Amino acid sequence: MSDETLISARGLSLRFGTIPALVDVEIDLWPGEMLAIVGESGSGKTSLLNVLSGRLAPDAGAVWYRDPVGQLHDVHAMPAPALRTLHRSDWGFVHQDPRQNLRMNVSAGGNVGERLMARGARHYGDIRAQAIDWLVQVEIDADRIDDLPRTFSGGMLQRLQIARTLVTHPRLVFMDEPTGGLDVSVQARLLDLIRGLVTRLGIAVVLVTHDIAVARLLAHRIAVMQRGRVVETGLTDQVLDDPQHPYTQLLVSSVLNA
Amino acid sequence: MKGYNFAYLDEQTKRMIRRALLKAVAIPGHQVPFGSREMPLPYGWGTGGIQVTAAVLGASDVLKVIDQGADDTTNAVSIRRFFARTAGVRTTTVTTEATVIQTRHRIPETQLRENQIIVYQVPQPEPLYRLEPSRIETRRMHALSDYGLMHVKLYEDIARYGQISISYDYPVLVNQRYLMSPSPIPAFDNPKMHMMPALQLFGAGREKRIYAIPPWTEVRSLDFEDHPFRAINAPHPCGLCGATDSYLDEVITDDRGGRMFVCSDTDHCSERQVAGHVGADGWREAAQ
Repeated sequence: MSDETLISARGLSLRFGTIPALVDVEIDLWPGEMLAIVGESGSGKTSLLNVLSGRLAPDAGAVWYRDPVGQLHDVHAMPAPALRTLHRSDWGFVHQDPRQNLRMNVSAGGNVGERLMARGARHYGDIRAQAIDWLVQVEIDADRIDDLPRTFSGGMLQRLQIARTLVTHPRLVFMDEPTGGLDVSVQARLLDLIRGLVTRLGIAVVLVTHDIAVARLLAHRIAVMQRGRVVETGLTDQVLDDPQHPYTQLLVSSVLNA
Repeated sequence: MKGYNFAYLDEQTKRMIRRALLKAVAIPGHQVPFGSREMPLPYGWGTGGIQVTAAVLGASDVLKVIDQGADDTTNAVSIRRFFARTAGVRTTTVTTEATVIQTRHRIPETQLRENQIIVYQVPQPEPLYRLEPSRIETRRMHALSDYGLMHVKLYEDIARYGQISISYDYPVLVNQRYLMSPSPIPAFDNPKMHMMPALQLFGAGREKRIYAIPPWTEVRSLDFEDHPFRAINAPHPCGLCGATDSYLDEVITDDRGGRMFVCSDTDHCSERQVAGHVGADGWREAAQ
């Protein structure tokens, strides 16, 4: 692992009225690393994800992103076109509800191809070949390529969303509860798929989850949040097996077999 | 005409429209908002085009108005007469004589010149409106030239029908920057917009938008490398003048399946007939 971070946040603060969503948060992520952000509902996990990805401006602090040539960019000071370019090539975002990200009236192939076309791909045959390749990688039958997503099951929709996000080979993917709302056997398969793809492609992931089992399965490192603060960070196994902060202890002890 | 200003609109309104036009010409393909006025004709009949024409018309101009290529349809006749009365300008049906041409749904077959202006009537200026319902989002997409969505539509067409199925209002990219609706002209006419010597102005009255293509500007129809843009036309010669290179209308002639294909551009067709070209239906008529 190189000593240069992919994304670093320093002193992030954000308030919604009187409610502190983020209080002086510092986060570092190295290339190819999976970082899980855990905590209960309302602890600021999703706010942190939105601020890291530039979708929400913090009240104070900065997010630094290192591009492939090694140059640092302040995500919130970037011009909007540059940020959008980043979001549709180098970065990806996987929502809890795939319907937020997918175009439900566009075929599976069109959904996977959109990011390629937005990046300038103009060869129909190539786009289609890549779409088929990605559908197979996320275990969707290639002959479903022209079907509309509304004919897909919940697990398939989530896998389609992952294919759509990873097709441009992003370096960094933000995931917001990617397994939420799925039944347990589908969850297990999806987690397996995500772990396989991310490891093989060397993608860095910021994963928001309230499910400690998901964090243990996927993440290298873990950050525990409570009321907008990061109360404990460290290697996943270390934090979960030997929690130091009282809140983390509570969190771990409240889950069976975590 | 007594009681009216020259070309109907008051001078302040014309200045406002001209300011919008100048901005539109400066940013080819960009939609500029303007304070569209109530005009004495319903929305959808050319309120945008008629305001742009009124704003650019001068006393020495010669006006031609076409509707679906024809000079003699209701809309064309009415708008031509409107400006003949309110501006007293000379009108014509001959493309080469006109200095200002207001059009609905066609570009004349005759190549336009540098000292001509063509004004398009536009019902829907936003090329992305069927794909993205939010105007805030489409404006952001234009600002960031984020046009992947339009290509997704083309991709879907090929995946479903084996070809791009848009036959009119075929989206174009102007000056390698802005995605633009060419107004509901047939895709057949799209190549005429590319590097056109004449100034092209677009007015959408109900939607309150003006946009423009300056002379000699690059206008590309969107396509894929392996599915290039192609102009669609009926595979027939014109029944009256025998032209094979002009856009054709299908005309039903009786209730027993009889039909003929004729040039949609009436001026082009009649000029060819005067020059001695006769099509199959023309010969049959002469024989009878």
